[in-house]
Amino acid sequence: MDKVLRMSSEKGVVIFSKSSCCLSYAVQVLFQDLGVSPKIHEIDKDPECREIEKALMRLGCSKPVPAVFIGGKLVGSTNEIMSMHLSSSLVPLVKPYLC
Amino acid sequence: MNSTSTHFVPPSRVGIYEPLHQFGMWGETFKSNIGNGGSVNTPNHILIPNIQKLDNNNLSEDTSHGTPHMFDQEASTSRHPDKIQRRLAQNREAARKSRLRKKAYVQQLETSRLKLIQLEQELDRARQQGFYVGNGIDTSSLGLSETMNPGIAAFEMKYGHWIEEQNRQICELRTVLHGHVTDVELRSLVENTMKHYFELFRMKSAAAKADVFFVMSGMWRTSAERFFLWIGGFRPSDLLKVLLPHFDVMTDQQVLDVCNLRQSCQQAEDALYQGMEKLQHTLAECVARGGLGEGNYIPQVNSAMERLEALVSFVNQADHLRHETLQQMHRILTTRQAARGLLALGEYFQRLRALSSSWATRHREPT
Repeated sequence: MDKVLRMSSEKGVVIFSKSSCCLSYAVQVLFQDLGVSPKIHEIDKDPECREIEKALMRLGCSKPVPAVFIGGKLVGSTNEIMSMHLSSSLVPLVKPYLC
Repeated sequence: MNSTSTHFVPPSRVGIYEPLHQFGMWGETFKSNIGNGGSVNTPNHILIPNIQKLDNNNLSEDTSHGTPHMFDQEASTSRHPDKIQRRLAQNREAARKSRLRKKAYVQQLETSRLKLIQLEQELDRARQQGFYVGNGIDTSSLGLSETMNPGIAAFEMKYGHWIEEQNRQICELRTVLHGHVTDVELRSLVENTMKHYFELFRMKSAAAKADVFFVMSGMWRTSAERFFLWIGGFRPSDLLKVLLPHFDVMTDQQVLDVCNLRQSCQQAEDALYQGMEKLQHTLAECVARGGLGEGNYIPQVNSAMERLEALVSFVNQADHLRHETLQQMHRILTTRQAARGLLALGEYFQRLRALSSSWATRHREPT
């Protein structure tokens, strides 16, 4: 859990994903389109993958990946990101972290 | 019965190569016989009277082909016994050929009849199991065996009802917008129409779990709708394109909001689509992996199956985008504008469905 919290604050926008997860890739593409370059953690390449998954679920994610943290706080998964973007609330949130 | 003589086909044209043509010609015969109390299951009742007629006509037709009239025949053959023999032989030959043709034709009819009964039974069975026949599926390519998936059969039936309710709602919107209606009444109508769309997304989610390829293929929609298919449904940005021309007056804030929505919708679509492309790419790699001639590729099948599971989440995500786009439009617009927009959207899909029907019918017209 500490590891997850530490990893999620490494950068303004952090995405936990898996190399095989294409939805995570879609989320990544969206952020890049907005001018943000998020930090991607491919947890399947991490030796502590199972622990990270459990920690993410405990933080409130229904699926471990993709899990998006902005400013160190968990924002949600694909659904939440898409909803926020369409309601114009995503852009203000990532404004401080534009490249 | 006498009507058949007007539809009589010269025996030279009764052949193995024109079964359908023949069937059409005798169609009226079937009908008249069924009307007389006969049924498809009593062949003798239907066929025998006509066969006899066929036989008689054949004989008289044949013998009159290029041969002299009966009187002349008698007069000339009394002096030429060879001619009599030759003529009799010709008659026998003609009669024999006629009988063979008749036999072949009757066999064709029998086979067609059995096939028809079989098809009718299959159709009945499929209808009972909830297969909604005719909802955009070209009847000449009925893949009955493919839809025995109960989840899909249930979806198709529900979708049929969904369309009916959709049409009813569109009518109601049209009527109400032409007349005088309070904002309160209009609001509840708009809410119901929105809920109806959301219901479709829920149905699709369940269907995607049953068979994601079915939902992705759009087989449950009409052909013109399928042309515009984007991850199992309409493209969210297309929705905005259809709606916008119908709003005559918009406030500056609305204009700004719509502009933002269009842009974010487009970005979300692009991102999702790129994710799909990656999925296709990785699946293709997965399937292509391994040496040639390896029939047994079980590990690859497993990882390919995992990728396919991801497809379900993409379909769900696409529907989520549609849901959110509709929701945002509802938020930005006034009740009256939303009603007009929903009417425009509903009519758009109705027109696509009508276009599909016109196209299908035009395609089947005899050339």
